[in-house]
Parts: sequence; structure tokens; C-alpha cells
Amino acid sequence: MKIAVCAKVVPDASAHKRLDPATFRLDRSGESTLNPTDVNAVEEALRLKEAHEGEVTVLSLGPPKAMEALRKALAMGADRAVLVSDDGAAGSDLLATTALLAAALERESADLVLFGQASSDADGAVLWAAVADRLRRPLISQVANLKLEGGELIGKRQTEFGYDVIAAPLPAVVAVSDAINEPRYPSLKGIMGAKSKPAETLSLADLGVDAAAAGEAGSRTKVLTLTPPAPRGDQVRIEDNGNAAEKIVAYLAERKLL
Amino acid sequence: MSRKRAGVAPEQYPPPFASGEVVAASSSAASDRIEVGVVIVGAGPGGLACAIRLGQLLEENPEVAERLGDVPVAVIEKGKQPGSHILSGAVVNPRALRRLFKDRLLMEDIPNYGKVHGEAVYVLTARGAWRIPPPPTMRNHGNWIVSASQLARFLGEQAESAGTAILPETSAERLLVQHGRVVGVRTGDKGRGRDGKPLPNFEPGTDVVAKVTVLAEGTQGHLTTAAIDHFGLHGRNPQIWALGVKEVWKVPRPLHKVIHTMGWPLRKSARYGEFGGSFVYPMGEDMVSLGFVVGLEYRDVELSAHDLLQEFKTHPKLLKILAGGERIAWGAKTITEGGLLSAPSRFNAPGLVLVGEGAGLVNVPRLKGIHYAVESGMLAAEAVFETLQPGETPTRLGALDRYDEALRSSWVWPDLDEVRNMRQVFDRGFFVGGALASAMIVSKGHLPPKDFPTHPNAAATLMRTGRARSYPPADGKLTFDKLSSVFASGNRTRDDQPNHLRIRNRVPRDVAEAWAWMCPAQVYEMGRSDGDGTVTVQMTPSNCVQCGAISAKGGRLTPPEGGSGPEYSLT
Amino acid sequence: MTALVFLEHHEGELEKGGLGVLARARAIGLDAAGVVLGSGVGEVGASAGGQVYVCDDPALASPLPQPRVDALAALVAQSGADTVLFAASVLAADVAAGLASRLGAGLNWDLTDLRLEGEELVGVRPALGDTVIADVTWVGAPRFGLVRSGAFEAPESSGDATVESFSATFEDFSTQARMLEQAHEEASGPSIEDADVIVAGGRGLGKPDNFALCEALAKELGGAVAATRAVVDAGWYPYSAQVGQTGKSVSPKLYVACGISGAIQHKVGMQSSGTIVAINKDPNAPIFDFADVAVIGDVEQILPKLTELVRARNA
Repeated sequence: MKIAVCAKVVPDASAHKRLDPATFRLDRSGESTLNPTDVNAVEEALRLKEAHEGEVTVLSLGPPKAMEALRKALAMGADRAVLVSDDGAAGSDLLATTALLAAALERESADLVLFGQASSDADGAVLWAAVADRLRRPLISQVANLKLEGGELIGKRQTEFGYDVIAAPLPAVVAVSDAINEPRYPSLKGIMGAKSKPAETLSLADLGVDAAAAGEAGSRTKVLTLTPPAPRGDQVRIEDNGNAAEKIVAYLAERKLL
Repeated sequence: MSRKRAGVAPEQYPPPFASGEVVAASSSAASDRIEVGVVIVGAGPGGLACAIRLGQLLEENPEVAERLGDVPVAVIEKGKQPGSHILSGAVVNPRALRRLFKDRLLMEDIPNYGKVHGEAVYVLTARGAWRIPPPPTMRNHGNWIVSASQLARFLGEQAESAGTAILPETSAERLLVQHGRVVGVRTGDKGRGRDGKPLPNFEPGTDVVAKVTVLAEGTQGHLTTAAIDHFGLHGRNPQIWALGVKEVWKVPRPLHKVIHTMGWPLRKSARYGEFGGSFVYPMGEDMVSLGFVVGLEYRDVELSAHDLLQEFKTHPKLLKILAGGERIAWGAKTITEGGLLSAPSRFNAPGLVLVGEGAGLVNVPRLKGIHYAVESGMLAAEAVFETLQPGETPTRLGALDRYDEALRSSWVWPDLDEVRNMRQVFDRGFFVGGALASAMIVSKGHLPPKDFPTHPNAAATLMRTGRARSYPPADGKLTFDKLSSVFASGNRTRDDQPNHLRIRNRVPRDVAEAWAWMCPAQVYEMGRSDGDGTVTVQMTPSNCVQCGAISAKGGRLTPPEGGSGPEYSLT
Repeated sequence: MTALVFLEHHEGELEKGGLGVLARARAIGLDAAGVVLGSGVGEVGASAGGQVYVCDDPALASPLPQPRVDALAALVAQSGADTVLFAASVLAADVAAGLASRLGAGLNWDLTDLRLEGEELVGVRPALGDTVIADVTWVGAPRFGLVRSGAFEAPESSGDATVESFSATFEDFSTQARMLEQAHEEASGPSIEDADVIVAGGRGLGKPDNFALCEALAKELGGAVAATRAVVDAGWYPYSAQVGQTGKSVSPKLYVACGISGAIQHKVGMQSSGTIVAINKDPNAPIFDFADVAVIGDVEQILPKLTELVRARNA
């Protein structure tokens, strides 16, 4: 069984996150690490591989040094790393990123494509649904538990209303949440072995993707301006004389928070 | 010799820890082991210089390389990457780096913030500053300003290109000794909960077995201390330390000289035991590195190196330098201060060598250690390489004595010998100490005629003077509290893991308070009073930035789970 | 410019989120219609007000995203709409992204506001953990927007709707995922991540038993209980409730911080909450630097009274 995990390499949580004021792009020059939920996705892929035999490839889109972060997935036990890296891909929005990832995934012909639920630098990203549509495959998202039974995936999807149980045949796309597993620590043998595992870097040309479909050219959204957020507004200070509770309730009621 | 005073001292409350715990025999299961040629513990300048030099030698001698197996050289590092736990000033003497990269790189190719263009030494008072001519030990002409953390990261990349396997996020927990020979190290477990029980993703440590083990752990080396105990390598004097707390600031106006200060806010009289000072170094056009260092033999319960740094910044000279600026990094680390007399009596044992600061090779008056770390790392590599030739083995008793000989006949030795007594005389306070220090410099170490002893830092009896009253409150712009500083160090250690700090939990109030003030990361807090004058110490171990101060003052730092601790990048 | 607003529904009722987006879309001057998709949903659409499109098809019976992409794609083609808006939810996010890919269109998400500048639709969204606000827009048409949950209030009542049916064909791959078991309401309160209200406790609570005060208030407010690292370390509350740098990050509409000092390690986990009410005895607690309501007082006194007042209001 071939499993492809799409991982995002994001700036380290400890590095100052900033948007470049000139290009409005995230300054990715800080230390780079795998997006935490993508590590859950790698772990889930490895568990499936261990249960069902197969190969796990980790895929990403980013600058050349992103490969260092992908090594962590190799150290955990993934078999191959593929990095799509091309200046022409910089500034890609959801649509352009989908085009690139889909092209890379088509090259892989994986039975199962896994994503991590959200990326820490672009809150609310929903790449998996766009990629699933592009690849024309069934999708299960927000998966907190995943099983493979008789060629079919059974996923527990966590929604605002509780858990759904959804079945989908392979080949499929699944997005996992961080509740799905506790990722393993790479063993020392794993860390040392990571160096010699195959790691490919692909350009747009290697993927056969037109420059017009990538980067800003391939994007259909743009950022107009960046401003600092409005200050929180005047603080209400209450010194309790026995009536603090009433004042709190009045404040909340006025703002329809009750 | 200074008087021993009566009173409460932290050393009276030793931690529940025995050096012997750190030494173990190798476990027999082959599946638990990894075999490498040479294992180096610590990806700092010493360890990485050793790795790079070994790589160079092995490249020229493939037959020796072959006998070292698939992984000829491995470096184990407990931080997230080389540099994550490295903190220093730093002004580096380029001599050793030039030798390391001879014919390959120039000093200009190594990450740096330029050469020292001017320097000034001040003796500070609360509002004023007396400029004094830089003492001979403090002249930095020809030296380079670097970030030690960045330097380590760079050396890590060089080591990897030279064929070294770097294993980050991996702690070295035990020294493996068999039949009197060091055979490798055991790495720490990962995935234990606070109660010590394995969590679902528990990953046990591995035995890394090697022909030679190089310990380059820096200050308060966990395995180094145990090895010195185990093989009886103690120096003449007990080892002593200073605690340095530093910040990096973005500033609107460049600083054009390297500054050192003495005096305020430390007190000069011998009875306080306060020895130290500050450094302020330019880092390029738009950043400044500043730090405050204080010897850990201080006596005042309320002395806090972190708060001294905050207080220091309120001096008019500093206000001028930092005006309009922004703090962008913070960190803390101890510095090994005992000099040659506290350094191990021998730097090797069968299968083992000690390099760098872990081996006590720091020049306290010059505030330098990086070039000794690099040089000793190279000498270790060269000695080890010789013992890997056919007909010799590193585990033969005496085989690695050639490292000791090389070290003692290198330029490192006379440098350190000249100042071997300088730190100790400051026991007598600033002025007497200063006079004695000058005598040493002028006589190149021949005066005074006998060697001075040191007392362990934890032996200093505690006193109270209301010192904390003069610490400035944290305003979040110029001065900062400890918790936000821990945050600025990049520390986001996993909470649910065993406590890696060993202390006696119930101690007299003075000791507990001294620990609380001492710790720059606010790990220790006063808990319940127990009625008999003792208190229970409450701890937040995940704040720990592994500076090592507690080990000098009555407790013991052991390495937490690999990957824990600060993520320094600019310090 | 015609806009469609996806109206999610659950157990026969339209979700407030979608109605809020519909109201806002109309308020800024878009000719907006609601869209209701499902099986047996004729009645549901009627309560939306204004123009509503309905697709009633067995393929849409379960709340799965992919058949909805087919239906909306068909409607966009049929109606010539140039904008489709969604109120964020697990389902809506997948539908919006799938649709954007299907129609080669731009999707801006996490929007907290929308406005029309002449012909141009401009969205507003926070970025980088709410530390910066971005004005965003689209290139070409159609334009898709996913609006942050709760950003717009639903109107009290919507009046009668003009319902128009439409039909769609469904791709093979869209119907391959099947619902085996649909979610039922959770018995316990919301999880910390999903809660609109969080009542959090810190060391200032004084003793572990006082977490009961937080729990009582959370129950009345329909929220979840969280804890700081300090009290989790001390064993007062489980790690799963920890909010902060090394715990969970939350941004509920209301965060009530009880006996919490507000050190940065905690702050980074909750600073983007809508409204922060902090109760602490210490007037110098750092949390008062960023709380919207700074209550200097004893949590043991204030919490029970607060809980009682809220209970009375709910009754």
C-alpha cells in the first residue's frame, strides 16, 4: 500500500513570526519545523504501514531548506521524501498550492493521501478538500480515529455535533486531527538512517506544471494591506465591594455574551 | 585564605544524587545498541571542532575510516540543534578556528559580527562610570565578535559535510564503563510522564557504543562530572562557577566598541563574596549583546543574576545604548571559573577524553574559552586518531595520555597557567584582589609564590541585606521579569516529564529563598512552611534553561528529555 | 453582483452562522440568496428569508462535503452567481475548498468582516495568531469566502423566503464516502477547543477544590473549564485542560480567567479570545494588562455570586 503524507514546513513556534511588509508573505527564514498536526499524519501513515505493509512518502512544498524538516519524518520511519521547490511557487495561495500538490501526488499514485488538520501559520487552511476534488477521490476530514478494513477506510470524524463514522474506499484522501495519535519519538537508529533515505527535490518543470498555474500567477486571492489590530478597547476596571458579580453580568449582557 | 564563616550554607543540604548513578555497564541486547567509531557528547565548539578535525583526518586516511564502520563519528546533542543550548558573549580569539579551517575557510567565512574595533573598561557606580585602561588580560585587538550559538550551528553544518552524524534532541544520560574502560554512552529515555511511567509513545534510550568517547559537555557536564569522580581525576581545587545572564537587543544606533564593566551593581567588600561584571558587545550595525556575570560564591540570599542584569540596564550609560531598542533574545548559563587548579588532574582515561569548558579550560580574566574548546577539540581528535591506527587501541591504559601531553605542550597551557590564581584572590574583595591580580599579570603568573585554594560555591554561608529592594520592577520595555524571559529563550519544554532537577525538598527558608532568587528561570518557589524553620520547595522544572547554577549551589542538574530547554539562536 | 450563502442546517433548523453571513452579505449591498442542501429539506429553507435556493436529493442526505460541491457548482453555473460565502464549520470548510478547486476560484478564509468597495469585494481577516489584520480580495470570479464562526449575528427573524428548487448531478467520486453513523449531541459540555465560553482556573483559586466554582460557572454559561500550567503541574486539574504555550491554544468568545496571573506562557494560549474577564486578588497581576474586564477581588466570593446570577437569567 502506498501512502503519501502532505506535510507543511512552518517557521518554528519560538521564532518570531512576521509577514514581510513588502510582499505580504510569511517570512520563512526562521528555524523550520514540521507543522505539528502533520507529524500526527506521518505517525498515522506509519501505523497503517506497520499494520498493512507498504511505503510511506512525505511530500512538501517549500524552499530548499525545508528538506531538513522532512528528515524528521524520515527519522520516524517514512521511506521517502519529496520536496517541490521552485522560486516560481513562492506566494502560492490555496488554488496554486493545490495545483502543485496534486501534480506531485499524481506522480506518486498513492492509495492513501494524508494531511494534518490545520497548519500553524495559516490558520484554517483547508488544502485537503481542494486536493481531494482535484484528484477526484473521496475525502474524510477531521479524523480522530482511522481504520482500514477490507480495502475500505473507516474514519471517525469529529464535528461540532459529536462524532460521525464515515466509510470510503481506497484510493482516498484523509485529513487527520491532532487527537488521532501520539506521534512516536524517532529512535537513534531512525535519526541516523534518515540521511540515506531517498530525498528528491522537484521543480515546476519536473512536475510538468505551467508557471501560470503556480505562485502569484496561479493564485486567485491577494492581500491588499496589513494593519496592526485595533487595540482591545477601553478596559473596565471593577474593584469588588460585594457587587462585582452584578457588574460583570451587566457588562456581558450588554455585549450579548450571555 | 578567607575565613570560614558560621551559618547556613546550601552545601549542608546535599541533593539526593550520587555520581555513581551516572555510570553503568553496557546492556547486552544487541538490538538496543548502536555502534559508532567515535562518539562525541555535546555539539558545542569543542565537540564540533573535534568532529570536524576527525573528519579531515579520516578523509586523508580511508583505511582508518573503514575500521570505524558505517558511522565513524557521531555527535550527541541534547538541544534541538547545535547552538540551541549555547550561550556566551562572545569575543573570540580566531587562532584555533584558523587552524581548524586551514586552507579551507577564512575567518570571514565563519559567521561573525566583525572584528573588535575599540574597547573600554569601566568601573561603575550607581550613576557614574570611571573609565580605566583595559587590563592586559582584557585587550581584544585582533579578536572577532560572534554569536556562540550561531557559531555552533555553523560548525554543526561543517561537521555534517565532513561526514559526522549529528544526533540532536538526544541526551547522554549514562557513561558506559566496562572493565575500567569507557565503551560509550547511554542516551536518555523519551516519553515518560511526570511520575516516571512510560507514556504511549515511550522510546527507551539506546546504548551508543564506541571505540572512544569524547566528552565536550561544557559547563556542569553531566557525564564529565561523573567520569572525574569515577576515574579519580579531580583537580587540586574544587571547581567553582559563575552565572551569566544575557540579552540581545535590536538598537537604533550602532555601538562601536566592546565594553566591560566592574563594580556596581556588585558590592566590593569581601564579606559579600560578589565577583563579576558585565559585557556589552556590538553585534553588527543594529544589535547589541549584553550580559551580567556573577560568581556563585556570593552570600546574599536575595542575589539574583537576572535581576542584576535588569538593574544594570538602568545605568545612564546603558540607557543611552539601549534607548529606542527592543529586546530580542535572553538566556542564562554558568561559566566554569576554577581555572587550571580546578581542572581535572588528567584529561583522559581508557577510552575517554575531556575537552573544552567541561575540562575546565576557561580563561576567566580574559573571559574566553571558545578558542580553548576548539583547540582542545582538535588536539583530542589528533590524539584519538593516532590511537585508532593499527597496533594501538584507545582503551589501552595510557594510550590517550598523548592527548594530555599535546594539551600541556600547546599554547593553551601557558595561557591558563599564567592566570591560574587570578580568580581565587578576589575572595578578598575587589581592591585586594585587584592588586594581587595585577601582580600576577606583571609576573606572568610567577607571583604570588603559592597557589590559592577555592571553596565550593555551595559552602558560602548565607546572609541577608535587603538586596532585592534595589531591583527595578519589570516594565516590559527595558526591564523584564523571569517568566517572560524564559519565553524569550524559546523554551517550550514538554511539561509532562519527570523532574530532572535534584534538590533536597525541605530546606531552611534561607536556602529555599536563595535558590528562588538564584534561578534565572523561576524554577524554584517557596512552598509550605513546615513549622520548624524549613520550607518545602515548589518547582516548575519545565521553565529550566539548564544553566547549571543549581549544581553549584547545593542541588544537581541532570539532563531532561532530549529536545527540552531553550532554543537559543542569537546568544 | 449576485452572491450565494451556504446555509447549513442541523436537525431541521438552520444554523445561526450561515444566517449571520446571509444578513451581512445583504447589508453590504450584495444581492444574496441562501442555499439549502439536503434530503427532505423543503421546510427548512423557508425560514431563511429573501431568496433561497434548495436542492433536495438523497445524495445530500448526510452532511458530507463532496456532493455539496457538485450541487453548488451546478447552482453557480445555473444562477451566474459570482460570489459564494460560507460560515465556517467542519463541513463548510471542506465544501468551500472543494468548490474553489472545482471552479478554479479564489478562497479567502477566517474572514471577520466583508465590505464592498465599488465593484471589489474586500474581506478582512486576522493573521499570525491575530497579531495583524489583513485586507484581502479576489482575482477574477467566482469568489469564495469562509467566514469565521460567529463573526456575524443572525437576525432575530428573517421573514418569509422565496424558495427556488434546483437539481444537480453528482460525480461518482463524490458519493463514494458514506455516512455509517451520524453524530449525536455529546452528553458532556463542549471541548475546550470548540467552546464559545471558557472558564479557566489558576493558582489564585487557592485550592484544588475551588475548581468546582469554575465548573459551576462553566455549566451555567454552557462552556468548558480550562487550567493553567501551574495548577496542572500541581495536580489540581488534568493536562487535557491546560491552556497555554505548552497546552492548548483557544480563542473563545468569552474567557473568564479566575485566579490567573497572566504570565506570557498562559497568555499566548488565549490572547485572541473575544472578551477576557479576569478575576484576581492581585491588582498588579500581568493579566490586567490585557483583560477587557479587570476584576480585583476574591474568586471565592465572586464566582458563586456570578454563577447564581447567570442561572437566574437562564431560568
